[in-house]
This record gives sequence, C-alpha cells and structure tokens, in this order.
Amino acid sequence: MQKIKSVETWLIIVALAYLALILIIPAISVFYEAFHKGVQPFFEAIQTREFTVAVELTVIIALIAVPLNTVFGLCAAWVIARNNFKGKTFLVSLIDLPFSISPVVAGLMIVLLYGRNGWFGPFLESIDAKIVFALPGMTLATIFVTFPFVAREVIPVLEEVGTEQEEAARTLGASDWQIFWRVTLPSIRWGLLYGVLLTNARAMGEFGAVAVVSGSIIGQTATLPIFVELAYKNYQTEAAFSAAVVLGLLGALTLIFKEILERKTKIKEV
Amino acid sequence: MVNIPYEPPMEVNTNQISKFISKISIPWTITIGYLTIILLVPMAALILKSSTLGFGKFWEIATSDVAISAYQVTFITAIFAGLINGLMGTLLAWVLVRYDFPGRKIFDAMIDIPFALPTAVAGLVLATVYSPTGWIGQFFTPFGIKIAFSQLGVFVAMLFISLPFVVRTLQPVLQEMERETEEASWALGATDWQTFRLVILPPLIPPILTGVALGFSRAVGEYGSIVVIASNIPFQDLIAPVLVFQRLEEYDYVGATVIGAVLLLISLVLLLVINFLQKWGSNYAEN
Repeated sequence: MQKIKSVETWLIIVALAYLALILIIPAISVFYEAFHKGVQPFFEAIQTREFTVAVELTVIIALIAVPLNTVFGLCAAWVIARNNFKGKTFLVSLIDLPFSISPVVAGLMIVLLYGRNGWFGPFLESIDAKIVFALPGMTLATIFVTFPFVAREVIPVLEEVGTEQEEAARTLGASDWQIFWRVTLPSIRWGLLYGVLLTNARAMGEFGAVAVVSGSIIGQTATLPIFVELAYKNYQTEAAFSAAVVLGLLGALTLIFKEILERKTKIKEV
Repeated sequence: MVNIPYEPPMEVNTNQISKFISKISIPWTITIGYLTIILLVPMAALILKSSTLGFGKFWEIATSDVAISAYQVTFITAIFAGLINGLMGTLLAWVLVRYDFPGRKIFDAMIDIPFALPTAVAGLVLATVYSPTGWIGQFFTPFGIKIAFSQLGVFVAMLFISLPFVVRTLQPVLQEMERETEEASWALGATDWQTFRLVILPPLIPPILTGVALGFSRAVGEYGSIVVIASNIPFQDLIAPVLVFQRLEEYDYVGATVIGAVLLLISLVLLLVINFLQKWGSNYAEN
C-alpha cells in the first residue's frame, strides 16, 4: 500500500509540474509582466488612441459576429437534432470544418474572394465598397472561425431534451414562435449560453484569420490581439502586456463562466 | 340531388405539406445559406484559384525549397508535440480522474487555458517566459539551449495549444472505466505493470490517438502563438501557416494560394483520420 501511495504522489507531481511549465506559469506571467512596475504604465498604455481603437474594433466585431453565429448555430442545431435526412453526418462535418482549417487559410480565402484580385474584387471596387483591409472582412474572418461553437453545444442538448414538450405545446395550439421562445429556448438555455461564451471568447481573441484580412495597421485595423503582436514586435513591451492582460482577464472570466455552466449542464467539451 | 363527397384527406395533406414547408424553411434556409456564404464559397475560391494554375505550376510552387522546409518544420515539430502531449496528457487525465489532491478542481479547470487565452497572448507570454532571461528560459541558457525564437519555441507553443485535446478526450473514457476489471486483474495475481498494459491501456488507445490527432491538427494550423514566439526565418523555424501569411504580405497571391491549398488538403485528410479514430473509439466502447 505504501508503495502504491508513493507512486501516486510521484505521478501527481510529474503531471502538475508539466502543467505548470506549459500552461500555468506562462498564464500567470501575463499579470506579473503587466503590473510588476505598478499600475501606472498599464493606465498610461490603455489611454492611448491606438489602444482605444483596438478595443472598439474588437468589441464591434464580436457584437456583429456573436449574434449572427448564435442565430445560425440555433438553426443548424435544430436542423441536425430535429430532422433525419441523408447527408446528416456530412452536414455535421461541414459545420466542424473551421476547427480543422488553419485560421490563416480562412483569412486567405476571404482575401481571394473579396480582395482586389478576388472573385468579387472588381464588382466591389465599382461600387466603392471595401471588405478586405477593413471591418467587414475582419468580421467575416471572425465569423468563419467561430460559427461551429453554438451548433456544437446546442445539438447534444436538443437531442437530450427530446420533442415531447414541443409536441405537447403544438397540440395545445402554440405557434412555432411560441414553442421556440417558451418551450425550446428555456430548455436549451445553458447549453446555448455555453456556446455563446465560447464563440465570444474566440471572436474577441482571434488573431490569425483577422490579421490576414486586416492589413494590421495600428490605430486603424488592429484589434486587441493584433495590437499585442504589433506592439511586441515594435519593442513596446509594456503596451503589448497591457493589451495582453485585458485579453487575459477576458480568458479568466471565460474560464470561470465555463466552469459555472459546466456544473449546470454537466458537459465537458473538447 | 347528388351529394359530392367532401374529401378531407386531400385537404389535410396539402395543409400538412405547406405546414411542414413553413416549419422547416427558415432554419434550413439560414443553415444552408450561411454555410454557403461563409464556408463553401470561400473554400471554392481557394480551390478554383489554385486549380487555374495548372498542375505543373502548382506542383513547382508547392514543392519549392522554402515550402518543403516549412512543411518539415511544421510537421516534425507537431509530431513531437503530439507524442509528448500523448504521454503527458494521458498522465494528467489519469491523475485528475483517479487521484484526489488539494486543488484538483482548479488544476482541472486550468487545462482549458489554451481555449480561453487568445493565441497572440499565449505567444507573448511563452516568448517572455521561455526567453533566455525569462522565468523558465534562464535555466536552459547555461546549457546553451535557446527556446524562444527557435524551433524549440515552436515546439513549446504547439505543446501549449494542443495539450487540452488529449486530456479532454480521455477524461470521460477514464471516468466510465470500471475499476472492477482492474481489481479482478490484481486479484488474479497480475502485477501493476501487467494490469496497466493489458487491462487499463487497451481501451484508452483510441481516445489517446483521437486526442493526439485533434491536437496535431490544431498544431499544424496554428499561427497566432507561433508567429510571436518564433523568429520566422525560412529553413529554420518558419512554419507553413506563417509562410502563407508572408506570401500574402509580399502580394504573392499565387504563392499564398498554393501553400494555403496544400494546408487545406492536409486538414481535410486529418479530419478524415480523426473521424475514423472516433468511430473506432465508439466501437471499442460498445464492445
């Protein structure tokens, strides 16, 4: 028994040491680096115009991408969980596709489509609309990399809830909208919220796909993650860490809410 | 007077069909329309653009020296990261499911850090901590080992982003595993090592491989954390996604398209492999 106990201790120590080296120490260092000279540099950095623009852009993109992806995710989840049809597995794989495609490739696709030499390039130029190197392209890139989350989280919940209550409501004369708002939505709300949380975290944190289509001009088309990279590569370490700590807080909040929602729904997802 | 019989069935039928259509049309239209605009048309743009080049030209760019070295750096590093995380992720999942120790729940929640922390921030902190004077990097400096801004930095970033996949795929399987079989194996006189190798490990192989494949697929496509921690010098630590980005910055759209198409193809193949592994895993669980 003594031998087993000591093996157990060693396994725990090795596992946690690895976790600390790879995840925990780096994650903690963001807060240390941002604040080890006091809060003064942080407050100076976040008051610059470039920083404000980055925050605004990040929030605007999330405000567009998250609701659109939520509506899509709900529709797609309904289609998949409530219908049987040929090619259902194919549709599910299609929805999961953005998780396997490199974000850079996702951004590249948008450039090839809406860029100056792209399919719609000449048309967009003729109506004087700019998508690439501007907000619409960055939003499209964000939507691309984040649309699977809601559907993925809602599908299993919808399947588990079943159709009995919805059918009962229909028999009692409820309309489709009434059924959706009063029966379906309340029963999937935690799963939906979980999906929205993951969508938002990824939307605000997305770097690769957005960087490709943004042109990365600080103060103009740089979101917070792009600001982090640009500031770091320009040796403005303090500015980089000030932006990083804001994103780090977003990450910490996401983890906390995730934990709360996992307790409510008892889901643990990859 | 002849009574023409009223035909309710027909009426009901058309009603049901129109009801059915009105019921399905909105979600179906949004799902298919959204997928087309956001996913399918952009993918078609990449595939068709690269196919207009002709095979010879495509092959020439796809197999240029810089590209080959970028694939090599990407894949070799991702394979090593996958192997290490396959091992350490399994250990972590085992420790978190089977043992009880103070702070277990917090450590468990921390596994998700790579999903919650934006990749640019991950790259920034890893580059800082693993730099020659950083918290962890300083211990390697005396041995002449440079982690940040080298291929080892790419490796560390890949370890970071792919770790949760193995742990999270394995945890539910471990939780459902019955301890009776292990106890039976001990009771029948098997040693610890025999029990582990013959009883515990076999059902864990499919989920471990699935987790490794998921993490590998993520590592191969990763851009954000690696572009920050690597020096991105060709033939040294330049990975394929960063090469695509550099080509675009140089307005070399053809080069970017070709290497992007290669990466897309690879990720589709990996997706098939992952689907196969997941099927194998669920078959295994049923038997």
